Amino acid sequence: MTLVSGWGRFPVVDSELLRPRSFEAVGEAVAGCAGAVARGNGRAYGDAAIGASRTVAMTGFDRVRSFDPATGRIRLEAGVLLSDLIDTFGPRGFLPFVVPGTRFVSIGGAIAADVHGKNHHCEGGFGRYVESVLLRTGQGEVIEASREQNSDAFFATIGGMGLTGVILEATIRLRPVETGWIRERVISASDLDAAMRALDAGDSATYSVAWIDCAAGGSNLGRALIYLGEHASADELADGADRFPVGKDPGLAVPVDLPSMTLNRYSIRAFNELYYRMGARRAGRSHLVSLYPYFFPLDSISAWNRIYGRRGFLQHQCVIPEQGARDVLGEILDRVSKRGDASFLAVLKKLGQGDGILSFPLPGYTLALDFPLKGDILNFLDEIDRLVVAAGGRLYLAKDARQSRATFETGYPALKRFSAIRRSLDPAGNIRSKLSQRLFDEV
Amino acid sequence: MTSRKTVLVLGGSSDIGRATARAFAKAGYDVQFAGRDVAVLEPDAADLRARYNVECSIFKFDVLDTASFDGLVGGLPALPDVVISIVGLLGAQENAQSDLAHATTIMRSNYEGPSLILGLFAEKFLARGNGTLVGVSSVAGDRGRASNYVYGSAKAGFSAFLSGLRARASSSGVHVVTVKPGFVRTKMTEGMKLIGPLTVEAPVVGDAILQAVERKTDVVYVSGKWRLVMLIIKTLPEAIFKKLKF
Repeated sequence: MTLVSGWGRFPVVDSELLRPRSFEAVGEAVAGCAGAVARGNGRAYGDAAIGASRTVAMTGFDRVRSFDPATGRIRLEAGVLLSDLIDTFGPRGFLPFVVPGTRFVSIGGAIAADVHGKNHHCEGGFGRYVESVLLRTGQGEVIEASREQNSDAFFATIGGMGLTGVILEATIRLRPVETGWIRERVISASDLDAAMRALDAGDSATYSVAWIDCAAGGSNLGRALIYLGEHASADELADGADRFPVGKDPGLAVPVDLPSMTLNRYSIRAFNELYYRMGARRAGRSHLVSLYPYFFPLDSISAWNRIYGRRGFLQHQCVIPEQGARDVLGEILDRVSKRGDASFLAVLKKLGQGDGILSFPLPGYTLALDFPLKGDILNFLDEIDRLVVAAGGRLYLAKDARQSRATFETGYPALKRFSAIRRSLDPAGNIRSKLSQRLFDEV
Repeated sequence: MTSRKTVLVLGGSSDIGRATARAFAKAGYDVQFAGRDVAVLEPDAADLRARYNVECSIFKFDVLDTASFDGLVGGLPALPDVVISIVGLLGAQENAQSDLAHATTIMRSNYEGPSLILGLFAEKFLARGNGTLVGVSSVAGDRGRASNYVYGSAKAGFSAFLSGLRARASSSGVHVVTVKPGFVRTKMTEGMKLIGPLTVEAPVVGDAILQAVERKTDVVYVSGKWRLVMLIIKTLPEAIFKKLKF
């Protein structure tokens, strides 16, 4: 047995970790055990990629099967990382349509969590660009599922947290790009109203996201920097500039777990003040940035999860429907600011409709906050959840480690349909994760 | 357009073989993959074609079947620019101590076969006047250890073969590289206790081999730390070394 945990390092669970080398071996790993789930690169924060009794590591399956430069259509094994895809096909003029905040996720994980990027409001999530998946179901069949073929299995797999079976391969569409540069424009917003107005005004921008200073309170509550972005064309680059910048491996690493006192209300407030002022100074003008810092600002520091100390941290990411979002977000931010221990990573952005049956996004605003795991944080987050549920919102499963069954069930009304499809693919219940046990498997 | 260079990877289906082929294909080399099980190599060949738009062909190669070596060398459509032998077998030392067949397989897989096949290519390369031969040996060949001396002695033989070949070729356009990877997280080492700071992933080895070929390095310890570790291990007096049970 091996101790396994997600990126947030909570919970830590004893699970049998297998590394199959063939699709047959994947099948053997899943069959006849009390609950297995596939695991990509382990970037889900909580317990989504930890099997109830067995965890099936998929990163060894990292082959590209075929690529058609005429259409941008690519077939690949589920363990290929987005970073590998970007580094290999970026210089050839193709990028994924959707990337989350880290490039170190696997294709299988990106599909299972239907990850969203800074373009969800206009271009949808990762699942929208998936044409088909090769799925090894709990029942033991290997099926190809698409919008036309086995469509129930397909839409349950997009955002299905790996619970419909093991994703072995997928065919996805890539976006043709001229360069690996983003034309970025920063807008500073002095409070939450201004921040939400700026995000609304950025609806027509391909990419938009707001960094919120969650240490600020009072009249500064919700002050933010909004980052809008567009793909830069080749003629926007300076002469002699590389069309495609190189993605460096994370250089700066957090070598040890920092003592939990490193992050406190004073250090966070000071950091945020500085960060806000520096950003506000750049506001207005647009400039070119490499896609790497634009999309993946945290990837430049490897093992940044160690900042939160050995006990780990919790991320709380909710989405609130557009109607009435302002008041709920204001209330959440007010409570967070009074508490003072949320991290410098508060992100607000707009989402559109999700594609999968269990996909997280719905039209509205999503707020992501990190909290070190200590004190009464679990109770505090339960209170925040009540606000979210009352507003008709829900929490992102890829980041969750602690929400209650009630919160989940209210937030995801399509669960019944999802469960019916899951049962038909896996009547014996071979596929189970710690997350599914916690939130919806029958006990 | 200048014609592209070609690399032949012997033992292509291993983790280091796959990683090395990727590193060379990324650098623009066409790849000839050779391994025991041709069907296993096909997905990796398809991967290289799709990723890097290079030519990739597959050949059957069994390091124990030395009688087939002439046929392989003669049957290649083009003599490659670089030949890399990644073939090796760790085996089980405890079995090898009493099971002669197993010991023989370890010795032949790590010394006889790799040396003979690279020797054949050396003749072709010397006649042509250029080319690079790469042998993946092991730090285990630097000094015999109680826990794996059957494997280690075969690797020592291979290292000696490579250094001799390098000396012979030194005034020609042919270069010989010896690679000593140290601990690598692969199929071969799965389940073994590896020391974290001394352990690398297969792609690091692939990149190191490419760099060694391009820079004409003679002997590469993939992680520089191993050079120091092995310097200490090599210089320990035998009276002390024999008492160390590792």
